Parts: sequence; structure tokens; C-alpha cells
Amino acid sequence: MTRRLGVAVRALLVLTVVAGGLYPLVVLGVAQVFFRHKADGSLLAKGSRLIAQDFAGSPRYFQSRPSATGYDMLRTGASNLGPESVVDVPGRPSLLTQVCARSKRVGEREGVSGARPFCTGSGVGAVLKVFPGRVVSVNEPCPAVPFMTEYQGVNVECAQKGQSYAAGRTVPIRGGARWTVPPDAVTASGSGLDPHISVRYADLQAARVARERGRPVEEVRALVRRHTDVPAIGFMGEPGVNVLALNLDLDR
Amino acid sequence: MTALTLVVVLALLYRPLGDHIHRVYSGTSDTRAERLTYRLLGVAPRREQRWPGYARSVLAFSLVSILFLYVFQRVQNHLFLSLGFPPVTDHVAWNTAVSFVTNTNWQSYAGENTMGHLVQMSGLAVQNFVSAAVGLAVAMALVRGFARSGSTTIGNFWADLVRGTYRILLPLAFAGAVLLVAGGVVQNLAGPHEVPAALGGTTTLTGGPVASQEAVKQLGTNGGGFYAANSAHPWENPNGWTNWLANLLMLLIPVALPRAFGRMVGQNRQGYALAAVVAVIAVASVVLTNVFELRAAATVPQAAGMAMEGKEVRFGLSESATFAASTTLTSTGAVNAAHDSFTPLGGMMTMVNMMLGEVAPGGVGSGLYGLLILAVITVFVAGLMVGRTPEYLGKKIAAREIKLASLYFLVTPVLVLTGTALALANRAGLAGMLNTGPHGLSEVLYAFASAANNNGSAFAGLTTGTPWWDVALGVAMLVGRFVPIVFVLALAGSLARQTPVPSSAGTLPTHRPQFVGLVVGVTVVVVALTFLPALALGPLAEGVGG
Repeated sequence: MTRRLGVAVRALLVLTVVAGGLYPLVVLGVAQVFFRHKADGSLLAKGSRLIAQDFAGSPRYFQSRPSATGYDMLRTGASNLGPESVVDVPGRPSLLTQVCARSKRVGEREGVSGARPFCTGSGVGAVLKVFPGRVVSVNEPCPAVPFMTEYQGVNVECAQKGQSYAAGRTVPIRGGARWTVPPDAVTASGSGLDPHISVRYADLQAARVARERGRPVEEVRALVRRHTDVPAIGFMGEPGVNVLALNLDLDR
Repeated sequence: MTALTLVVVLALLYRPLGDHIHRVYSGTSDTRAERLTYRLLGVAPRREQRWPGYARSVLAFSLVSILFLYVFQRVQNHLFLSLGFPPVTDHVAWNTAVSFVTNTNWQSYAGENTMGHLVQMSGLAVQNFVSAAVGLAVAMALVRGFARSGSTTIGNFWADLVRGTYRILLPLAFAGAVLLVAGGVVQNLAGPHEVPAALGGTTTLTGGPVASQEAVKQLGTNGGGFYAANSAHPWENPNGWTNWLANLLMLLIPVALPRAFGRMVGQNRQGYALAAVVAVIAVASVVLTNVFELRAAATVPQAAGMAMEGKEVRFGLSESATFAASTTLTSTGAVNAAHDSFTPLGGMMTMVNMMLGEVAPGGVGSGLYGLLILAVITVFVAGLMVGRTPEYLGKKIAAREIKLASLYFLVTPVLVLTGTALALANRAGLAGMLNTGPHGLSEVLYAFASAANNNGSAFAGLTTGTPWWDVALGVAMLVGRFVPIVFVLALAGSLARQTPVPSSAGTLPTHRPQFVGLVVGVTVVVVALTFLPALALGPLAEGVGG
């Protein structure tokens, strides 16, 4: 067995030199000689074309998608909240409420309706906890006025602070609203660094950006088209508007 | 469309790549690099091993690898290219060492703020190569068991390890890495550094040797991302082309292996039959995952209008769903979207794919040996129906063989179900869940399914960088990898000793559609019976209850 372990150690060392030294360094050499710009991260004058930056609070710019990790390249990732994350916990809003709140905010910013299915007008998840003879709008803490007055003949109450409603049946209420704000504007990306927004979200923002900059909207839309990345070979991936490249171009 | 082109390209590569693999493991000549390597190792590549010797070599190599990788992470602050990161904590280092050596690549750390470039490049990425080569070696040893007659030996592990690495993995990974860089994946040695930001001030970028690692991460069905966001990260997977290529790379070797098997046993049609099993299950799974994600049947996806939470605009719904299916059908575990935020049934598909035992097409090597074990179980079941001693490729499946095959298949369910139960029964286990209710259970179930089947993807809301989770999942990965390998090698040994019996009128033909259907049936039934109760409490409760 000692001999076998000796062989194992030597095998690992040799393979480490080959696969862990030679291989990555040769790839590095080829990459840096032939594809320098891409290998260094497709850098623009300010940042990387592939890494989203935060433009929140600057209406003169197109806004990136929401990021679950604050556009921080040192801790990338998603919210990882599930598709039925609908009940808020103090300090930890549910995914549904996050979607509703973003929709309301984007709607106000762009001057369109921020309403969506399963959202209250106040921008939280429209979710009831149903008990025998008692119904609570669980995401609306008192003294809020619940988004609906009664459910199946029972008065809907606001949520008392410090009360646990875990035992109740969870009933999200769809409501009659339809969405105007596109889905990618109200959901966080997988990486937290998604450099793109959908063409629809870019079109929605074009009017505001044009107004803020005092430029004709057609001109802004033309820039949006110029910075729309199309799928490779026509079908690999989905089209998306590169926010950073577009914004830098606007400033030029 | 993407899935369709992948199928076409894989079908075109099935024969040439499968034939190449067959030549690599049956050939009798060595390249100059290999001869030098054998001299350095002090092994005689033609000296054949019996199965216990082969198994001991696999275990010795893996043990040394785990220790080395553990120490490597613990002393990284003393080495160059550490980017100033401190030593990795003991439980994370243990989990990561086991994870990469077992070809799982479960990640309880975030690459960009934990691992220096040297550990990534010369520690983790090396295991991406050699853990895949170990899987290939074990699969080839089992195939030799079927192909040989009256033989006491099943090959030489060291020769198989070196050949697989030098002649299959390295050339393909190199080609893949160059194509990925050309597509926009980064490859440099820059650490975290500040650059001017668009709104003034600065923003931090952090590069690294990403493309070289990304290529072998997919090719070796490893899945451990350079960055925490894995293949959702725009520097690791910048566009539709790199995404398509990544998808191809992870399917490439596992899909071609049935061909190599067919060649080695001298009956290509046996390879086609297994490839057909893979195709039936994989196509069904990809289609279903796509349907579930596009339907968006759950509250938040309905509110958002599309199941876009945790997905990237450049991939959209379909390429995220297809990638999720491929990464769990193979044992890769790379993710280009957050599986935790998938619709309940879409998320369930990724779990079911892993619970199938990673056979459609499964991991590099491990997929083929899993399939062959399933084929053995199928001929046994069929033999029981007609009351004959079952045989596969002329080898009798008697008591010893079927015991080994059954034991193989019991390992992962035992790990998944007891692991999940243990996690739910103690506070340290429960503390990891991000989501509540059925979805919390799904997170735990997913974690153990992923670890025990050596997949490595996650419902990543689960916080697992804690001592309990790191140790528990480490044990699940270790047992889930090496106990089945020992059973496979024991089976290889006992098959190799047999001389094949000529087939007769009563022999079940194992190359016809009937047999393909039987294997698919056995696979699905075994999984359904084992995991349905757990799935009912998790994703099904969430998806159907609402």
C-alpha cells in the first residue's frame, strides 16, 4: 500500500504540473496574444461591457436590471427565493413583494402603470392568510387599509405587529391588473451582474432618458438599436440591450 | 432550436469521438509524453491489475488528491497568486476537497472572494481533469469486464488515468478553452482591481484564468464555477454562443461513451441501444423543463409575467431551462440560472434528473457505468418474468452480479433520504434553509440528491458554508462516489472471469427497441418508487397545492 500511495503522490504531482500549470498557461498565452481585448474582460472606457453597473437615482441614464447582490463583483449571485415566496418576514420581504415594489417604482419613474397581478396598489404582495372565521392581509402591517375589504364574506384585517400567521392557509390574490412594466425590470438576474435589459424595457425607458437629456426620442431609440446584442448565428440566446455601452454612448 | 442543434451535433460526433475513446483505452502504443509520465510514476503500463488492485489504486489516488487539495487551500496565503485571501476555513476546505475529487463540485464557498488563482488553477481545475479521468477509467474497466473472457484482470488504472487525461480531456479542453476565449470568456491573472465607473468613482473588477477552467468544468462534467454565479456570470458565460458551447461540452463525452462501449464489446448496436435510452430520457426531460418554465405556473412567475427571477436576459427562459436540464442530466452541476427560483415543477425536473442516478447521459464515465448497471438490472427483471437465468452480452447475471448491481443502486437513495431526514431533524440542518414550507424541504432534498449523485448544482438559497452542512454533504459526496465505484469494479472483476455463453432462442436481445423501452421503464420506476414520497412533500406540494 505504501508503494501504491507513492505512485499516487507522483501521479498527482505530474498531472498537476501538466493540467494545472502547462494547460492554463498555454491557454493564457493564446488568449493574451490572439484575443487580448476579450481575455481581459471586454473593457470599455469605464468598466466592462459585460458587467452591469448601478445607475439607480440617475434619471439621465438607462437603468440596469435589479441585482440581488448590489452589482458587487466580489459576491455574485441570485436572490434564490422560491416561486412561492409570498409572505413577508420583518426585514426580509418576500420575492413577491420585491417584484411588486420594483414594479411600482419603475412605473412611477417611467410614468406608466406599475400594477401587476398578485400585487396591491401599495406595491406589496397581495396575499391573505385564511383562518376559520378570520382573514388577514399578511403583507400589510397595521394601520394599513387592506387591499380588499372582505374575502368569502369575512372581513379582511391588516397584520398585527409581532403576530405569527404561519398556521393560516396562504391565498395569493391575482386581482384584475395586467402588467406594463416588463418582467426583466422586476426580477433580479442570476449573476447580479446581468449587463442586458430586454428591448421592451429599453423602449420603456427611452422616453424618459430623451426628456431628461433634451434629445429627440428617435435619436435615443436609434442608440438603443445600435447597442442591442442579437443572438449568435440567429438562434443562440435572446436579444438584449447592453446598458453600460448604451449609457456611455449617450454621454458622448 | 438550441436543443435541436445540440442533438444534431452530438449525433454527428457520436461515432468519431466514441471511436477515439475506444482506441485510447484499447490501444497498445504510448506517446512520448506518456512514456515519460510512466517513468516518473514508476509504473509499468502493461501490467494488468485484478479488480481489488485496480480499486485500491483508485482509492489511493483519490485519498492523496483529497489530502493535497485540503492542504493546498489551507496554506494558500503563503503561496503566490493568492490575491491576499486568507486560508480557507477547515470545514469549507474539507467540503471543497471532497467535492472536487468526487467530480461533484458542490461549492459551499464563493470563488471570487475565497480562492486565489493558484488554488483554482492548479488545485481545483486539476481535479476537474483527473476526477473525470477516474470516472472514465472505472467505466472502461467495467466495459473490459463485459468484453473479456476468462480474464482475471481488468486493466491498469495508472495507464487509464494518464491516457484519459492526455489523449481525451486535455486536447478537448484546450480546444474548448480557446473557443470560449474567442467568444468572450476572460483569461488573465488579474485580481480584484478598481476601474473608473460610469457615474464617477470606481467599480471593482476581478478576473482570473476563467476560460481554461470553464472548458474542463463542462467537459469533465464537474460544474464548479470560477465565480459564485457560475455559468450565469457574464465573464464565465458572456453570450448565447459560449452558452451553447458549454452545453455541448458537458454532453460531449458522456453521449459518446456508449459508442466506445459498443466498439469494445464488438457490437456497435449495443452502444446504439444505450444511446437510445439516453436520448429518450434526455429529450423528454429537456422538453418538460422547457414547458414548465414557459408556463410559469406559480405565484411569483405569474406576477412577474415570466419566470425571469434568477435568469439572465441573454439566455432567456428557454436556454436557461435547457441548460438546467443538461447540467442535471449529466452530473455537471454548472448553472446559468438560479434553480431555486425556477417554477416548482421546473425545479422538480432538475431534481428528478439527478435522482435518475445520473445516467442520461450522466457524468464522464460514471454515466456509462450507471447505465450498464441499469442494463444488468433490466435483464435480471426480464429474466425473472420469463423464468430464465438472465445474461447480458453473453455474461451470466447470477447471484453475485445482481447483488453488486443492486447494492450500487441502493447507495444514493439511502444517502439522499437519510441525509434529508437528518438535516430536518436537527437545528444546524434547518438553519441552512432560506425559503420556508415545501420549498425549504426542496432545498434540502436537492442538496442531498446533488451531493450523493455527485452533481454539484444547488437550490442555492440553502446556506451550506456551516460546519454541519459542510461535513454532512462531504460524507454524502464521498460515499456516493466511491462505494458505487468499488461495486462497479467488483462486478467488472467477476464478469471478466466468465467465459461468455452463446446466445440461444431464449436470450433476451439487448439491442432492440423492446430492450430500450425496458431499461427506460426500469429507470423511471425505480426512481419513482424511491423518491415519490419526498417529491410529493417538496416540489409537488408547492406546484400543485397553489
